[in-house]
Amino acid sequence: MNAPVAAKPSTPATEASQTARVTLLQHPLLRPLAALLVLLVLDAFLVPGFFRVTIKDGHLYGSLVDILNRAAPLTLAALGMTLVIATRGIDISVGAVVALSGTVSAMLIGGTMVMHGSTPEYVANTPMALSLLAAFGVALLCGLWNGVLVAGIKLQPIVATLILMVAGRGLAQLLTDGQIVTVYYEPFFFLGSGYLFGLPFSLYVVAAVFAVTMLLVRKTALGLFIQAVGINPVAARLAGLRTATLIIFVYVFCSACAGLAGMLITSNIKSADANNAGLLLELDAILAVTLGGTSLLGGKFSLVGSMIGALIIQTLTYTIYSMGVPPEVNMVVKSIVVFVVCISQSSEFKRILRRRAA
Amino acid sequence: MSAQVNAVAKPSLTAAPWFTAAITVVLLVAMLGIGGAAYPGFLSLQVVFNLLIDNGYLVVLAVGMGFVILSGGIDLSVGAMLALSTMVAAWLLQTAHWHPAAVIVCVLLMGACFGALMGLIIHVFKLQPFIVTLAGMFLARGLCYLISTDSIAIDQPVFVALSQTQVHLFGGFLSPGAIIGLVVLLMAVWLAHFTAFGRAVYAVGGNETSAAMMGLNVGATRVAVYALSGFCAALGGLLFAVYTLSGYALHGQGTELDAIAAVVIGGTLLTGGYGYIAGALSGVLVLGAIQTLIAFDGTLSSWWTKIVIGALLFVFCVVQRVLSKKA
Amino acid sequence: MTAVTRPVLEVTGIHMQFPGVKALTNAGLRLFPGEVHTLMGQNGAGKSTLIKVLTGVYQPDDGSIVLDGRAIHPRSTQDAQNLGISTVYQEVNLCPNLSVAENIFIGRYPRRFGMVDWRTMRKQAAELLARLDVHIDVSQPLANYPLAIQQMVAIARATSVECRVLILDEPTSSLDEAEVQTLFSVLRRLREQGMAILFVTHFLDQTYAISDRITVMRNGEREGEYACAELSRLALVNKMIGAPDDSQSIEQTGDAAADGAAPSQETFLRARGLARKGALAPVDLELRRGELLGLAGLLGSGRTELARLLFGADKADAGSIDVDGKPVALANPRDAIAQGIGFCSEDRKHEGAILALSVRENIVLALQARQGIWRAIPFKRQQQLANDYVRWLGVKTASIETPIGSLSGGNQQKVLLARWLATEPRLMILDEPTRGIDVRAKQEIMDYVSSLCRKGMSILFISSELPEVLRVSDRMLVMRDRKACGEYQRGQLDESSVLHVIAGETAGEGA
Repeated sequence: MNAPVAAKPSTPATEASQTARVTLLQHPLLRPLAALLVLLVLDAFLVPGFFRVTIKDGHLYGSLVDILNRAAPLTLAALGMTLVIATRGIDISVGAVVALSGTVSAMLIGGTMVMHGSTPEYVANTPMALSLLAAFGVALLCGLWNGVLVAGIKLQPIVATLILMVAGRGLAQLLTDGQIVTVYYEPFFFLGSGYLFGLPFSLYVVAAVFAVTMLLVRKTALGLFIQAVGINPVAARLAGLRTATLIIFVYVFCSACAGLAGMLITSNIKSADANNAGLLLELDAILAVTLGGTSLLGGKFSLVGSMIGALIIQTLTYTIYSMGVPPEVNMVVKSIVVFVVCISQSSEFKRILRRRAA
Repeated sequence: MSAQVNAVAKPSLTAAPWFTAAITVVLLVAMLGIGGAAYPGFLSLQVVFNLLIDNGYLVVLAVGMGFVILSGGIDLSVGAMLALSTMVAAWLLQTAHWHPAAVIVCVLLMGACFGALMGLIIHVFKLQPFIVTLAGMFLARGLCYLISTDSIAIDQPVFVALSQTQVHLFGGFLSPGAIIGLVVLLMAVWLAHFTAFGRAVYAVGGNETSAAMMGLNVGATRVAVYALSGFCAALGGLLFAVYTLSGYALHGQGTELDAIAAVVIGGTLLTGGYGYIAGALSGVLVLGAIQTLIAFDGTLSSWWTKIVIGALLFVFCVVQRVLSKKA
Repeated sequence: MTAVTRPVLEVTGIHMQFPGVKALTNAGLRLFPGEVHTLMGQNGAGKSTLIKVLTGVYQPDDGSIVLDGRAIHPRSTQDAQNLGISTVYQEVNLCPNLSVAENIFIGRYPRRFGMVDWRTMRKQAAELLARLDVHIDVSQPLANYPLAIQQMVAIARATSVECRVLILDEPTSSLDEAEVQTLFSVLRRLREQGMAILFVTHFLDQTYAISDRITVMRNGEREGEYACAELSRLALVNKMIGAPDDSQSIEQTGDAAADGAAPSQETFLRARGLARKGALAPVDLELRRGELLGLAGLLGSGRTELARLLFGADKADAGSIDVDGKPVALANPRDAIAQGIGFCSEDRKHEGAILALSVRENIVLALQARQGIWRAIPFKRQQQLANDYVRWLGVKTASIETPIGSLSGGNQQKVLLARWLATEPRLMILDEPTRGIDVRAKQEIMDYVSSLCRKGMSILFISSELPEVLRVSDRMLVMRDRKACGEYQRGQLDESSVLHVIAGETAGEGA
């Protein structure tokens, strides 16, 4: 140890700013934001005109807009997954729910050609509102199924959601007979590719879900209860919380978000592909949540962090694509990121660091 | 003052794997019976042999997965490792022109090391197996694509010969792949029952803290079990490469789920410590029988397979859970 | 009995300090071959810490362990095992999915051509068990046998290797009477064979049934070492929970508390025949408004079990509960909370504190749970509540947003108390609220609790510290061995008579 250095006399002002700086550095969102910033800066170098946003046909165009738009389904899935992980659970069936809800909406809407004079027009097989509601309802049922398995029968979350992961996609494939179902009904495309006031409609969907979730979590006691259940379910029960109901709710919520994501995806590609829609989305969602700072062990969670995490993943995909690297490298990079994040979050790692420092 | 203590055993949780394994066998016999009654030509030895030929690789995968699940873990990367093995094998054979024996050794080693690495990360950092192996799955598939995005056809003579060989047995024929699958199964049963490693796997899966307190090296067992799973996945990949004579990054999508389903349906508890390695065979045969039944039917879409597997998984998981609650 | 005078194990001067807590101060014991030596003490006395030091789980800050004349420093349980100290734990710590024979031989299987030799294993396992006069089918899975048999298998395993000392850590907590006798017959057999056995328990009857000598621990220190035949039950109980010898025996004051009304005669809660298999024999209980009912007894007497039944944390197998004269079903904590009952658990780490949440969040949790999800308590009100209770209870915390996990044990306890007080319960069940807390904090809590009583709250107060219970209770219920064995009014009791009841002797009986 060195001899103590004479300390600079500190004034209240410097002390206050020091405390503020320390608090800022310890803010849980700092790391994800920093990671996102690094990626954006990298992109600024790699892609000329990355930050340029232009207005064409009254719509905003640009790489940034593109990233936000494509990140919408993942962001929705990540929001839902956040609450599940906060209760110490996991849901690996979100990809299957995406496929299922997309399939149901596509099949119900479809689009049969009707001639109006000499112009063909496509009419929905079932009114769009009803179809969307039906698809959403299917997603809710999936969530209820998961929730009852976990909270009622007390299966491990990974086992319980594994069942739906297998059967759900199979059901979607059965409905479409493995074929791609194309949708021809124009108004449906608005969900995934339309623009409202210059911004992609999908952003509004994400913003709405985020707003509703934030309201639920902040303005009601839901946030507090979910954290309590995730950190110490025994104590939560003894304090009078309805642990079973809470757990069922978070799985329903997660599947609901996945259902919305499925409809967005289907609308975007104008078809339902039961084989590939949402494939491996669960890993992306879990990664987004962990990147955002929520621990897989449950407890404190950050919705904003998960959104940043989803943006990081999407920006990463975009960066890799812009570098001319084959998109498959994406998977390798993602897996390495998962390893790094999980290891650095683990208490064992922190213990090893502390021992090295001592 | 001597008080002789006698006690009689009361069946409990350990009745569970016996019970669910028995159900599986009954299920298999029932399916074969129904199939035989409904469709002419179903109940022939060759149909059963075809099950083995088509699913030899899955038997090997399920064996590796069985060990992992018995130890209380799970390995979601086996499907991706299968694909990676086919890819590496195809590339080494076709582009690098290695000797097939060297290729086989190299691929098997790769699988074992990959698995061992995952096991090490799981043990040292005390992470949950599903997230580590999920990331491993991503990594393996990504590496596949790095080698090639298209499929690579294999025309190396030894592999082609293996692919076309028929081993005649009892009036039917089996492929070398099927036979290797059966041999691996027998060796695995021996490993699980007669070696310290096998018993350590059961001990760790039964009660990890107790196993550690009794002096077992839990870390070494864990690393070895995932290495074994990786090895089996690589071997399964080689069998699959022979079967399809190609290496392709899209091979084996969802195979890990099939392996897990086979293990569970074969009577092993997903929570660990209880079950039979031999159940891998009955589980795979049940899965194969479902597919064959559906194919024979002709009217049912093949997509029903996934749904039926999911339903079976559900039933078996719930039954296992209810039985363990009663204990 | 043995004529050897040298102890097999001699432990002296063990000091063990954890952050903020002195767990062991100058602790020690002596163990001779061919004896059953019981280590006794209440929770927090240091028994389990001392055992963990002996088995290598903890390394002591100071002190010596001498085994067979050689100083040893076990660094792990395997280490201790190799040195000759074998331990059997309450939870048995074997693998229930494996067979009996296999459990005995894990890690040292008999081999034949490199393979596991099952036949030899079964034969040797049966022989080992026969040495203990236990005859069972060793090929059956361990889980198929009751816990008592499983413990014998653990003992067989422990003694199958070179073993100088056998430690049994609370082995009888989950056994019934017959199983305890079976265990004891095995222990006696081992004793005859010259084994040195260290038996840890909190059950009085068992201590007197099997022990040769007893070491009593209290507050982390060795209170004393006695021959069993020379120590009366009364004296033993006194040493564990009575007032220290140098202070005067505490008597309850005859008159009611100085200020405030005497408790009303109105009954708030009545329990009849409340029982739970394996945990509590049928108990009748009556609680009046504004009265403080003390529940005295040793660890394991069923006090916490009774409290949990009253709170709905466990489901009763028999009996009924009336609140305000109307029967209620308390199937879960929510039901009890709706009736105005609050429960401060004794295991604050696992059943109380939600460590990562702040002081404020921990305080408002139960109140918020009762109000439901939709009626969130406004943030300002939460802050006000938290600040109020922090002030009233004297909680030392940097702010109300500090995570409760960084507070000391005493302050955590105060926060948990505040959680229940915030719900303004009509009955407050306090299970060991002052354990592990410094004297000043203890006083503050007890004063606050008494003042609540005078304002009309009923309190069920459980504590192992007898002087404390005597001082504050309006009425006392004494429990022993999972049954209620006496109810006393204020003024009817002095410490000595309570100790007699707990010890199982009537007053006036000698040693």
